[in-house]
Amino acid sequence: MSTDRATRPTGPGAGEPAAPPEEVPGGRRRIEGRSPWALAWQRLRRDRVAMVSLAVIVLVVLLAVFAPVVAALTGHGPDQQFRQDGLSPDGLPVGPNGTFWFGTDDLGRDILVRIAYGARISLLVGVVATALTVVIGVVVGLVAGFVGGFVDTLLARLVDIVLSMPFLLVAIALVSITGAGLGVTIVVIGSFSWASVARIVRGQVISLREREFVEAARSLGAGDVRIMFVDVLPNVLAPVIVYTSLLIPIVILTEASLSFLGLGLPPPTPDWGGMIDEATTYYTTSWWFVFFPGLALLVTTLAFNLFGDGVRDAFDPRGDRGATVVGGAS
Amino acid sequence: MTRFLVRRVGQGVVVLWLITMAVFALFYIAPNNVARTLAGRQATPETIALVAHRLGLDQPIWKQYLLFVWRALHGDLGYDYYHQVPVTTILGAAIPVTGSLVLGAAVIWVALGVTNGVVSAVRPRSATDRSLTVFSLFFYSMPTFLLGLVLLYGLYFQLTLRGITVFPAGGYVPLAGGAWPWVQHLVLPWFTLALVQAATYTRLTRGSMLDVLGEDYVRTARSKGIGERRVVVRHALRSALTPVVTQFGIDVAALLGGAVVTEQVFSLPGLGKTAVDAINQQDLPVIIGVVLLASTAVVLANIVVDALYAVLDPRVRLH
Repeated sequence: MSTDRATRPTGPGAGEPAAPPEEVPGGRRRIEGRSPWALAWQRLRRDRVAMVSLAVIVLVVLLAVFAPVVAALTGHGPDQQFRQDGLSPDGLPVGPNGTFWFGTDDLGRDILVRIAYGARISLLVGVVATALTVVIGVVVGLVAGFVGGFVDTLLARLVDIVLSMPFLLVAIALVSITGAGLGVTIVVIGSFSWASVARIVRGQVISLREREFVEAARSLGAGDVRIMFVDVLPNVLAPVIVYTSLLIPIVILTEASLSFLGLGLPPPTPDWGGMIDEATTYYTTSWWFVFFPGLALLVTTLAFNLFGDGVRDAFDPRGDRGATVVGGAS
Repeated sequence: MTRFLVRRVGQGVVVLWLITMAVFALFYIAPNNVARTLAGRQATPETIALVAHRLGLDQPIWKQYLLFVWRALHGDLGYDYYHQVPVTTILGAAIPVTGSLVLGAAVIWVALGVTNGVVSAVRPRSATDRSLTVFSLFFYSMPTFLLGLVLLYGLYFQLTLRGITVFPAGGYVPLAGGAWPWVQHLVLPWFTLALVQAATYTRLTRGSMLDVLGEDYVRTARSKGIGERRVVVRHALRSALTPVVTQFGIDVAALLGGAVVTEQVFSLPGLGKTAVDAINQQDLPVIIGVVLLASTAVVLANIVVDALYAVLDPRVRLH
């Protein structure tokens, strides 16, 4: 980490929002103590792109929560097949019209309703699998960095192994063995993505371990576990939060990719990746079949990515260091 | 340097060894009905047992595993369950496909990513910078399979509909069959992979360029009267590329293990597709072969990247 940030000629920080400007309301200079969290939130709130993205995310969440309402409004169930008016005389999907706003799929089901229900799966997997990833990663990283020695070596090797495994292949293999399901998808994603989090946390903890406040806590009689979780953990949360916000869209994409490869939730569960997979044979005749689920997926991940970008800028106005998150699924 | 290499290669071998064990255990625990599938639907239990015996599936797991390791050390990865083709032959056929796909795409994504990153960094927070950021995040958020389908729809289907057949719908033609057909079959997969990957490189180059452009030596170079273009390209970019090199090594290695989705969309018979097919058939020797190859690529890339890091940046000491 270089320290002479003030001398750089290229503008504030690494080009992102500068440290919050001194606020001098009406000439009255008031010094106000703000926690780093409050500062970050303030910066984030001022980031228009991040706020718009947050609004989009909230919309997607609402769509997921109120999926039954969408179904009730259209009068179409998510798995209901409308073979009469939902399919053309040749048995092909029907394009967007007054009854089916986003058209129908190959079985005459309402794509709009299925997208609404599919949002539930994407968000659920995205949030739960990310949470699992972060919890495992933080605990392993904390223990490895704090305890050190043999435990650290062992855990570091484990991290190496997990990072050396071809993630998507092993994930496919696991799912093919256990059978597809919501829990399996979450566990598979969680158990292979934690290693990068552990690496980041470990690095931070190693530098924090020797600091005075840890020494102070110890002299007050605090045990290792207490020091780790009460004293050290809050100090590594900022990078973890940044990483988490960037991880969610990757997890959503991974889940969609697994579904696309036919390893997602078993049909007829509506799932964006699975819907696109079903649409691949129809993309030449029924564009809407690919377009709307694809658009839903793209808008959601884009919103999460832009928001995560804002979160990173808010916590680390310096710039892009450490911005690389494990690649998703290509 | 030698000590570093020895130590890292040793560690790498241990990692690979543990990975093979993990994969072996995984498929052993799973309900295995390869013998039943192979013997056919009307096979008697005796036939099934015979098939299992021939494949060595009736042996205890540790015996199967030791045999596998022993053979692997002699360059023999076994035979696939279904056609008795050596796994090395299967891998040998798939490697050029994945290699062509990944290396071709890599050229595009590095060129695109680094250029965009430099342009962004030279004028941070400008309109150009902002639009390039949006451009990269757009493709970064794009699922590979969706981008593949979009390209197929626009450049294969719509063009073919108009009688212009430049791009085929998929498949692979070896380079030996002529350079043009090879390129023709790979252009769409190349761009599918590259556009998604380039985003990371744009962001990475931008961030690292911004850091470097603030360094004292860049100011010195500028004050010596060196032209801005030369300062950016010769002085700054060179040291800004270190993190890019790291990421590049890791990405290429990871993708060599199978650009699973891209290969699936464009029906390219590469390692990823081979693995997916093998997984669907529970063809254990092939699965282990691909996983082992992919992991080896990652382990090797990590060693190369760390060594290269020391070469590029004299401040880094290897130990």
